[in-house]
Amino acid sequence: MENFTPVTATFGGILIGLSALWLMAANGRIAGISGLLGGIMGAPKGETRWRVWFFVGLIAGPLVMSLIRKDFLDIQFPVSGALLALAGILVGIGTQMGSGCTSGHGVCGIARFSARSIVATITFMAAGIITVAILRAAGGLS
Amino acid sequence: MSRSFSALIAGLLFGIGLTLSAMLNPAKVIGFLDLFGNWDPSLAFVMGGALLVTLPGYFILRKKEKPLLETQFFWPEATQIDAKLIGGAVLFGIGWGLSGLCPGPAIAGIGALNVNSFIFLGAMIVGVFGYILAIKSNTKP
Repeated sequence: MENFTPVTATFGGILIGLSALWLMAANGRIAGISGLLGGIMGAPKGETRWRVWFFVGLIAGPLVMSLIRKDFLDIQFPVSGALLALAGILVGIGTQMGSGCTSGHGVCGIARFSARSIVATITFMAAGIITVAILRAAGGLS
Repeated sequence: MSRSFSALIAGLLFGIGLTLSAMLNPAKVIGFLDLFGNWDPSLAFVMGGALLVTLPGYFILRKKEKPLLETQFFWPEATQIDAKLIGGAVLFGIGWGLSGLCPGPAIAGIGALNVNSFIFLGAMIVGVFGYILAIKSNTKP
């Protein structure tokens, strides 16, 4: 557990929580990234623009942080190439089919005591843990 | 305040939170899912920190009639636990475990200008919009 960073993790989480609370308090919406992304395509007229602005902020936030400390944007990818592309397609389809991801089900849904979201969160976490265990057993993880 | 400006603020807060908590980094997320290897519980603390705010916050908002900038709250209404929910969560979980990326960090991290970010995000967008298009064409009369 040498990589464990509980303090920055908790403070980062609080900011994500504030984001979700603000989006509900002001716009009346769940801060679910996959839902907001899908909504860019499926939303009725006039409901697209604010979603795009959310994503502008989502991308700008890390850039602002990297001005403070450059290594905030140093990211490492355990896999690359075709496997990464397959993962992207699975995440895209899975989050639309399952109506949510880590933010929509994990943060917002659990906060509403939604049984549906709690089941979804346990399911995708279990699937993720099993996938990583298989990857590790197959020698795909360093 | 416009709805777009308030959404921009929410996006910024979300992006800064992902950065500070290091959840932008796929290797860090894999560390959380690597329960039987070199486990890093940080992601659980990120969710915990977020719930610390959303649990009491939503509880209070539930009693309000409408949000600041809209005529109504859009609380999700679906309650059914079905094959679609479980199947989607399984597919998402496999992709998440393979890559260490879920939709938030996948989008927020593109400022790093890493070619892998673009590969994943491109594929994810194909998956999202491919699924939506397939559903739409299926439900047409």
